Amino acid sequence: MAAMLHTIGVASPVASGGVFPDHQSNKFAVSSLHSLPMIRSEARSNLSSLHESYRAGKLIAKAVATKGENAAASGASKPGHELLLFEALREGLEEEMERDPRVCVIGEDVGHYGGSYKVTKGLAPKFGDLRVLDTPIAENSFTGMGIGAAMTGLRPVIEGMNMGFLLLAFNQISDNCGMLHYTSGGQFTIPAVIRGPGGVGRQLGAEHSQRLESYFQSIPGIQLVACSTPYNAKGLMKAAIRSENPVVLFEHVLLYNLKERIPDEEYVLNLEEAEMVRPGEHVTILTYSRMRYHVMQAVKTLVNKGYDPEVIDIRSLKPFDLYTIGNSVKKTHRVLIVEECMRTGGIGASLTAAINENFHDYLDAQIICLSSQDVPTPYAGTLEEWTVVQPPQIVAAVEQLCQ
Amino acid sequence: MALSTHRTTTALLRHLTPAISYLRHISTDSTSTITVETSVPFTGHKIDPPSRSVDTTAQELMSFFRDMALMRRMEIAADSLYKAKLIRGFCHLYDGQEAVAVGMEAAITRKDCIITAYRDHCIFLGRGGTLLESFSELMGRKDGCSKGKGGSMHFYKKEGGFYGGHGIVGAQIPLGCGLAFAQKYKNDENVTFTLYGDGAANQGQLFEALNMAALWDLPAILVCENNHYGMGTAEWRAAKSPAYYKRGDYVPGLKVDGMDALAVKQACRFAKEHALKNGPIILEMDTYRYHGHSMSDPGSTYRTRDEISGVRQERDPIERVRKLLLAYDIANEKELKDIEKEARKQVDEAIAKAKESPLPEPSELFTNVYVKGYGVESFGADRKEIRAALP
Repeated sequence: MAAMLHTIGVASPVASGGVFPDHQSNKFAVSSLHSLPMIRSEARSNLSSLHESYRAGKLIAKAVATKGENAAASGASKPGHELLLFEALREGLEEEMERDPRVCVIGEDVGHYGGSYKVTKGLAPKFGDLRVLDTPIAENSFTGMGIGAAMTGLRPVIEGMNMGFLLLAFNQISDNCGMLHYTSGGQFTIPAVIRGPGGVGRQLGAEHSQRLESYFQSIPGIQLVACSTPYNAKGLMKAAIRSENPVVLFEHVLLYNLKERIPDEEYVLNLEEAEMVRPGEHVTILTYSRMRYHVMQAVKTLVNKGYDPEVIDIRSLKPFDLYTIGNSVKKTHRVLIVEECMRTGGIGASLTAAINENFHDYLDAQIICLSSQDVPTPYAGTLEEWTVVQPPQIVAAVEQLCQ
Repeated sequence: MALSTHRTTTALLRHLTPAISYLRHISTDSTSTITVETSVPFTGHKIDPPSRSVDTTAQELMSFFRDMALMRRMEIAADSLYKAKLIRGFCHLYDGQEAVAVGMEAAITRKDCIITAYRDHCIFLGRGGTLLESFSELMGRKDGCSKGKGGSMHFYKKEGGFYGGHGIVGAQIPLGCGLAFAQKYKNDENVTFTLYGDGAANQGQLFEALNMAALWDLPAILVCENNHYGMGTAEWRAAKSPAYYKRGDYVPGLKVDGMDALAVKQACRFAKEHALKNGPIILEMDTYRYHGHSMSDPGSTYRTRDEISGVRQERDPIERVRKLLLAYDIANEKELKDIEKEARKQVDEAIAKAKESPLPEPSELFTNVYVKGYGVESFGADRKEIRAALP
């Protein structure tokens, strides 16, 4: 198994400063990089009560609209309704289509078939064949068509049946979607949403298990977001449709059947805000999409071992929410990035660079970035498992980081 | 005194002899109809071609002449500016093909959309762009139509229904079908003219887009500006079937003499009617460019100078309209010369003004990357909006 861990040069462990509560027995060493004593925040004791609720497994999203926050915070007691992630996406899409007649859907099998992942099921009978358009298998052209329609003011939601297929449309996404606002001197806006599932599934083969967030990352002019729960899927879908900028919404093949209770009221999430999944003290774990669940699984083990990791689902892949991330780094001084993207030139690589540039002084240890391997996803089950980051690796990385 | 006459011969437009036998008519009413026959008939593919007789007026012919003279002057001036290194990068000139631009404009309204590739200066002018905007953009100044950030290949004019201006060959074709899709969606009885060249006619995206346009009856008119050379390769070396109007197969096509502004006008009007009722149609404009593919291409390595000068003598679009104007006594030689001088003057003035226009501010580097508003502040991956500090 290939463990992609950075080696941290630790000279000699020096325990200094702060008072550790009894239940946290691990020692923290100041790495050789810094000679300043660690200053632990006093807010630690306040968090213990919150720990209880987190241990109960409820994920509380802080970065929400005010109406939704109350609903989400009091989980099961408020009505809300339970649904699966693909249904949440559909709900968001349907609400936006009802609200604005300019919103339309373009993609393969989205109309009569109902969408290959059922995200658009029932929309074609409701809104008509032109608004939920079944296209032939011609990614380059229907993406271009969607962008051309967006130039005139329509708000298309372009579905790629798999993000990997959108490579065929890369010219349209990069040149026309991303750059038209700039090269026309601001005359045209492209309020298109490009969405689709990506990521490693269950033995789907190399070409259908690509992690392509890195490819789109450097296109100027587009925003990238990744959803991970039904709550943020619906909120991000609505925000993406309402945004005047082109947004690429990354979903994950394995997350479509996640169930969660979401509020009945309408809510729209902020496209550039990260989600605080679990506040903590010892280490900041940054993640997104499916790896969030691997991280949370590892967190169970870590908490049993006495660690208190802070988990942030970054959600916004371009631009990064450095405000939330920065506050966390200033608190914990240790960063672990867990992602499914490729190692080379991936989201984690950019995030590592961004954190190093902006928060170098607050870091006590080198940033560890766990990414998927730089290999095509193999078909064999065991090999596929080792392509992506697994919880034991995350636990080992945190232990190494917090030595 | 206003006589309208039906021309019985096409001798006027025969390229062979300047000595023309016709009936001289004094036409002082500039809006009365003149009917002219195009020299080359239309050829149809799976469609009945329109009639060769085109109705026009003296006013229209004068405007053709004026506009084409201005376009020709602009392109020639751009040539000199490029050689003087005021225009950099790629500069693709349209001289020789002006008839397509003016003929198309005459048949449609500003609500119809036009989208084209990188040979876009003249079409921009036809859509309502000004010479100042054009030259400023070419020289990368602030007053350009795209604020100097687009360049020669990225002219746009939203109010005029001109959607650009695209550098990648063929990428504008799906965009054009998207414009047509939006028009169908909004039910607004307008059409989209998607222009591409004979080089782009071999792109897969064309056929993908054509399939979709035909499937959904989109009001898209695909216009192949066939100037017979795709960059440096002649059409017979690049396409197995250079009959581009036929390559739509199930989509009807029309072959048009692209050097005859009246033929272009007739074809575009016909196509607009067709597209609004029956869906897409392909127009192949048989035209020619005098310059090379771009300013970095001399244009003579893959074709002979005799060929270029031959076409210039026999088929030049401006000369055609000049002969028409003279034949119908709508203007005399001196007036036409004056119009050309006026065009030259306008172009020179615009260039002088454009030269004075300032370069964009350094902060413009970072504007218009994203649309701001609705509380969305967008920056780079590290969420920094950098203020430029240039030395």
